[in-house]
Amino acid sequence: MPETFVFYAFSALAIGASTLVIGQRNPMYSVMLLIASFGALSGLYIQLDAPFVAVAQIIIYAGAIMVLFLFVVMLLNAPREDAAEYDRSHPFAHPNIGRFGALLATLLIVQLAWALSKVVEIEAPVASRSDAASVSSVVEMGRVLFTRHTFAFEATSVLILVAMVGAVVLARREGPEQ
Amino acid sequence: MIPLGHYLIVSAILFAIGTAGVFLRRNLITILLSIEIMLNAVNLTFVAFGRFAGDVNGQIITFFVMTVAAAEAAVGLAIVIALFRHRESLNPDAFTSLKW
Amino acid sequence: MLALIPLFPFLGFVVNLAMGRRLPKGVSGGLASLAMLASFAVSVIVVLQLAGLAPEARAIEQTLYTWIASGDLNIGLTFRVDPLSAVMILVVTGIGSLIHIYSTAYMHDEVDSEFARYFSYLNLFAAFMLVLVLGANFPLMFVGWEGVGLCSYLLIGFWFKKKSANDAGKKAFIVNRVGDYAFILGMLAIFAKFGTLDFQGVASAVAAMPAETGFGILSLATLLLFIGATGKSAQIPLYTWLPDAMEGPTPVSALIHAATMVTAGVYMIGRNAVLFSHAPETMTIVAVIGALTALMAGTIGLVQNDIKRVLAYSTVSQLGYMFLAMGVGAFGAGIFHLYTHAFFKALLFLGSGSVIHALHGEQDVRNMGGLKKELPVTYWTFLIGAIAIAGVFPLSGFFSKDEILFETFVEGHKLLWTIGALTALLTATYMFRLVFLTFHGERRHDAPATAGAHDDHAAHGHAASSHGHGAGSHLHDAPPAMALALIVLAIGSVAAGWIGIPHAIGGHNELGTWLAPAFSATRVVGEAVGAEAGAEAESAADADRAALELTLMGVSLTIAVVGIAFAYFVWVKRRRVADNMVREFPGLHRLLLNKYYVDELYDATIVQPIKAASTEGLWRWFDVRVIDGAVNGAASIVDGSAGVLRRLQSGSVRAYAGSLLVGVVVILGYYLWR
Repeated sequence: MPETFVFYAFSALAIGASTLVIGQRNPMYSVMLLIASFGALSGLYIQLDAPFVAVAQIIIYAGAIMVLFLFVVMLLNAPREDAAEYDRSHPFAHPNIGRFGALLATLLIVQLAWALSKVVEIEAPVASRSDAASVSSVVEMGRVLFTRHTFAFEATSVLILVAMVGAVVLARREGPEQ
Repeated sequence: MIPLGHYLIVSAILFAIGTAGVFLRRNLITILLSIEIMLNAVNLTFVAFGRFAGDVNGQIITFFVMTVAAAEAAVGLAIVIALFRHRESLNPDAFTSLKW
Repeated sequence: MLALIPLFPFLGFVVNLAMGRRLPKGVSGGLASLAMLASFAVSVIVVLQLAGLAPEARAIEQTLYTWIASGDLNIGLTFRVDPLSAVMILVVTGIGSLIHIYSTAYMHDEVDSEFARYFSYLNLFAAFMLVLVLGANFPLMFVGWEGVGLCSYLLIGFWFKKKSANDAGKKAFIVNRVGDYAFILGMLAIFAKFGTLDFQGVASAVAAMPAETGFGILSLATLLLFIGATGKSAQIPLYTWLPDAMEGPTPVSALIHAATMVTAGVYMIGRNAVLFSHAPETMTIVAVIGALTALMAGTIGLVQNDIKRVLAYSTVSQLGYMFLAMGVGAFGAGIFHLYTHAFFKALLFLGSGSVIHALHGEQDVRNMGGLKKELPVTYWTFLIGAIAIAGVFPLSGFFSKDEILFETFVEGHKLLWTIGALTALLTATYMFRLVFLTFHGERRHDAPATAGAHDDHAAHGHAASSHGHGAGSHLHDAPPAMALALIVLAIGSVAAGWIGIPHAIGGHNELGTWLAPAFSATRVVGEAVGAEAGAEAESAADADRAALELTLMGVSLTIAVVGIAFAYFVWVKRRRVADNMVREFPGLHRLLLNKYYVDELYDATIVQPIKAASTEGLWRWFDVRVIDGAVNGAASIVDGSAGVLRRLQSGSVRAYAGSLLVGVVVILGYYLWR
């Protein structure tokens, strides 16, 4: 019972925070709410016997990525979203387009629901594995990561390097050095 | 004890929210945040399936997803900064130079 | 060894083509003539070798390589010389050499590059003609056939700055093409029937079959081949190009349109004697057309005023004789006439060339006369040629023409004999009309003045005074090179017939005996089924036959003499008679002068409808509407669709994201469906 309660609590927090994220006008608030959502997700991960992922979620996502977003938001002094200016001339403001979009969204939801229903063991409870500790331990993860997925690991490091260089180049101010 | 399906439903809902955010919001940063929501939803799905199948690969994939998400966020924000400098606006509709 | 025969002139062609414009005239002309002489020498050697073999086995063959090997079709680049092609190669190379030498003087006024071009074409022609006669299968012969047609076009239109020359060249080529089309169909029919295109193979296969009754596949194939021959050898209905071909230089007329190319059709029938004699229906057609052409051309030649045109129609007429011979089965007689005709017709043409050369381009006989004293060599050789063609004993033309007429009579074709005899009368008459008008009497200037008269000499800018002669001063006779050719040919016109003297008057008809094996299927030992050799049988002819022959000889001789006498009377003694006749029968005269309006008929029924169909139908409708429509239509479709599709580039990032979503939905739906 407590498990179920915890699950519902964290889920509700995640979903609620996410909904509010996309509903806010001020991007600062969106970022904060997203941090909350990530925290809730982290809790869900712990419930799934994935401690490493949970901690990584907090450190990387909430701690690094969101902070980056915060920096950018504050740097740009992002204005409140102002919708009116461009709407009139926008070709996609046509009401038919809006209806088409709604249709697509409905389709997508239907598909998702259908896909979920196809999953056969949807009711099967997640077994409480006796070997949970050994399966999802950090040691085990490390072992698999550095033996079977070595190449992906190295490639990812290159990816990060590239992203770093790219970010520096793209955000550089043109003209005399500041 | 909690059925797999529940986790999947949560994940699906989060994904849908993220998608809605990408298409409905007119602020570049919020769009990027929505993308992060979608990625997280996917992460949740992976971990749930991994837990259910007893396979540690589910968690390993999330490791990579997070890394890629970080890289993508960094580059994406750099682009947003560059664009903002150009047009003083974060509205995607302001950038229409490539139209016919 | 055999391959050398066409190779020498071909090399001459290549050299003159590549370097001719930089060589002085002596070198390029000399080189070309030398190539021909070398070819002649090799031909003589080969023929001597051939003579050393036994009569039934007289064939030398040389295969260079396999040209086509495709399924059932196997054709090699094979040359074969047998008694028939031996005669042909000697004629082509021998008379060809003489004409090359003659040309070095005749074409002397051309610039170096034009001179070299002329000789390159002439050598190429000789090479192709030799390929034609030496080819051992139909396709190789056809290569030569087409090649000589090409060279004929090039040489007729040699002075290409003149429109009439260009038109004549085109006419020759196109009319020939019609014949060639029939020839190809004939080849296909033969291949379909016999599975081989080798002459020897076809002959052997046909020899085993009985002669065809009615009109079957053999008759069809041979008829198609004969239509091809009418094109190349200027018979009805495809003869109209030959008179126009006189636009070319006179040596060209002598070589191509008298001695060699036009005889290709006759040769072709001789080569396929076994095949043809198994198709009696076609043989009849051949004989009838030959006779009719001979008569028709003779009548036209009687009233023409251009010296070369008379000779052209004379050629058509004599070719008719050859086809008449082939058609009645006298293959040897036809080839005999081909051989003697080569001599005296070439002689007559070269003589006329000498006249034209001396008169600085004048070709109308109404402006000639009295040249006997001033051009003695030309006159006497020309006279010999005229006597030979008229068929007077003992010159060559007598024996060959007489043999044809005799064989025709003996085979029972009395009507054709009559036509032949009538034509002989006409031949003597028009030939001597030409002699008397050109060389006898006083110099006249009766022709109506035409600006830019069709004289081949003037076309290349030869000024009348460049020879330093004004009007009324001495004309100069043929220069040495030309005189040499004339004299050699005159000797030939006299003596060439002596190898075919029939048994009836004590000769041995060596030529007939020589040619006989070529007209039967020699590989099939012991069975001489097929053509009857046009020569007399070796065994003594029977007395009745001999008597008949003597009688007919007498008749031919009488006809010739009557013709000459008539011509003498009208054109030397009483010129007025000719003029009176023209006045009495103006319609007939005009009909003959205008060649029975055949050209106009062809133009109206064939040329104009084709032109109209091409212009209106093919050009205006099909090309403009359909093809251009399709091409432009394709472009405008692209244009239109591009105009629509470019709207996808809205520049709106969210629109692009939207299309992403559409894609996702579609793919997801697809996978869920499966």
